[in-house]
Amino acid sequence: MQREAAIREPLILGNKSYKDITDDVVGPIQGPAPIGWKIMITISSIIAVYGVGCILYLIGTGIGVWGLNKTVGWAWDITNFVWWVGIGHAGTLISAVLLLFRQKWRMAINRSAEAMTIFAVIMAAIFPGIHMGRIWVSYWVLPLPNQFGSLWVNFNSPLLWDVFAISTYFSVSLVFWYIGLIPDFATIRDRMTKPFAKKVYGLLSFGWSGRAKHWTRFEEVSLVLAGIATPLVFSVHSIVSMDFATSIVPGWHTTIFPPYFVSGAVFSGFAMVQTLLLVLRKGMKLESYIHVKHVEYMNIVIIVTGSIVGVAYLTELFISWYSGVEYESYAFINRFSGPYSWAYWIMMTCNVISPQLFWFKKIRRSLTATFALSIVVNIGMWFERYVIIVTSIHRDYDPSSWGEFYPTSIDIGVFVGTLGIFLTLFLGFARFFPVLALNELKTILKSSGENYKKIQDKH
Amino acid sequence: MNKVFHVMYDDDDTLKTAASQLVAKGIRVKEVFSPFPIHGIDPIIGVKRTRLGIAAFMYASTGTALALFGMWYFMISDWPMNIGGKPSFSLIENLPAFIPVTFEFSVLCGAHGMAITYLLRNGTLPGMPATNPDPRTTDNMFVMEITTEQNSLSAEALEAAIKETQLFELSIKDYK
Repeated sequence: MQREAAIREPLILGNKSYKDITDDVVGPIQGPAPIGWKIMITISSIIAVYGVGCILYLIGTGIGVWGLNKTVGWAWDITNFVWWVGIGHAGTLISAVLLLFRQKWRMAINRSAEAMTIFAVIMAAIFPGIHMGRIWVSYWVLPLPNQFGSLWVNFNSPLLWDVFAISTYFSVSLVFWYIGLIPDFATIRDRMTKPFAKKVYGLLSFGWSGRAKHWTRFEEVSLVLAGIATPLVFSVHSIVSMDFATSIVPGWHTTIFPPYFVSGAVFSGFAMVQTLLLVLRKGMKLESYIHVKHVEYMNIVIIVTGSIVGVAYLTELFISWYSGVEYESYAFINRFSGPYSWAYWIMMTCNVISPQLFWFKKIRRSLTATFALSIVVNIGMWFERYVIIVTSIHRDYDPSSWGEFYPTSIDIGVFVGTLGIFLTLFLGFARFFPVLALNELKTILKSSGENYKKIQDKH
Repeated sequence: MNKVFHVMYDDDDTLKTAASQLVAKGIRVKEVFSPFPIHGIDPIIGVKRTRLGIAAFMYASTGTALALFGMWYFMISDWPMNIGGKPSFSLIENLPAFIPVTFEFSVLCGAHGMAITYLLRNGTLPGMPATNPDPRTTDNMFVMEITTEQNSLSAEALEAAIKETQLFELSIKDYK
């Protein structure tokens, strides 16, 4: 049996047995929906419906209903796209990278973080889709045989790499998530008493029976998927950053973009995981499984990635001056002192200063402070993308074409709408799916459970 | 009449010890059903290492080859276009721009190929019936399946040997 140093804080608190873990996770699925959940899903689905309405209006009328103009051709849409993709990255990082590093604390959070990834990537994919204007021809981004001569898509373009990156990322994350879910669905299936629910979970569990050989394969598949999902997650946001970095727009044309975007993505993703999980653990009474130590570990990741992002901001500023290229210098002077300086300073405060507060152990281990700061980081990271995209293109080489961007109600409606759709999906997940990887958690009960650790200490 | 024994244990380590004891007596354990992977059980009951990793590598290599062939055909062979002066007349010169898609497509084929193989090999597919002998094996119980068919001992001798282990429950059924 695996042993863990006594000095390590237990990952599962209280006097838990295997049965308790099942009861704690499956119990809420069997019971009636709590009133708080009903209220939240009502509000979020109303927002979602409004968002869908805005999207339909946009598709019906054309992207002129957004605030885009000839100078600022990318604004909220691509900001939202990059923001949502970035948020998705934490899920894969938790389930894949932490699996490779054998970090056991991931087991309490990986399931919901992966669900968040999948929903966030769906939200992200909406934006380039509707930005095409004629969404009904969106299949033109695929290299399909056609009657145009034959005109193939351009494989030299990062925008096409993005099509492949996002679709691979989405489908691989989905498969990774579902393979982990199958044994847990089987647990729910075997506990359900109502015939309909039993049937549904029976279908979802694919007839999983927990045979020794199946478990061996399960672990192999998880490991290999983690191994290939790890470079995948880095490649996806690198490619997203190349949408900008391979252009010749001052402020975009920088080689530090890939690592800078990836760490920013992980930074914002962990913040979103914190926001969602702090509510989830309270609402579903999972305090024994997701507790202060887990929050602290995630906050440490936030300090590291937040600091990388901070260094990247300063590097960009320095290099713009050091390069001696006046267009490049101006792009950055304009960022911190131009018409969008307010956005720049929001970004700087939220992303560079606020995560540094986590160096204090008291703040790092405070759930209230973490919740507040996680929202601050989410706001900051949205503004980061806004600053990079809008301030770089609103004043380019030719002053006669300088302009500004003002969001319309449809811009705002679509963005808020995706928040609603995302929350609706996540709440649905929290109600009907096993929110913890309960069977995986059982494997660490004996090495990291509080009661078992106490027994070990006596020996 | 062939018999099948379902020996239930309430702890993974107890099952592992019991399995070692039985195997030492030359008894073959047909199957183990557990709610989570019991590490170290495979060598005891003689489960071989899976070759899924090799399969994944082969699927991913197929993806690499397909992606490179596709891009060579689309961009170099079928309809070369001058896009910003990028080299469009040789795969090797245009290769740097093809790396991202090659990588993504390899991952796509590797991950999905392996996942589909995994589901097919397990026989875990939508609509398949559950085959665990007791619903508690997906919760907190661990079951070992032993058949008289696979063992030379008589049913009585097997039962006696099984009862020497720290079992929780035993069910004996006629094997169809």
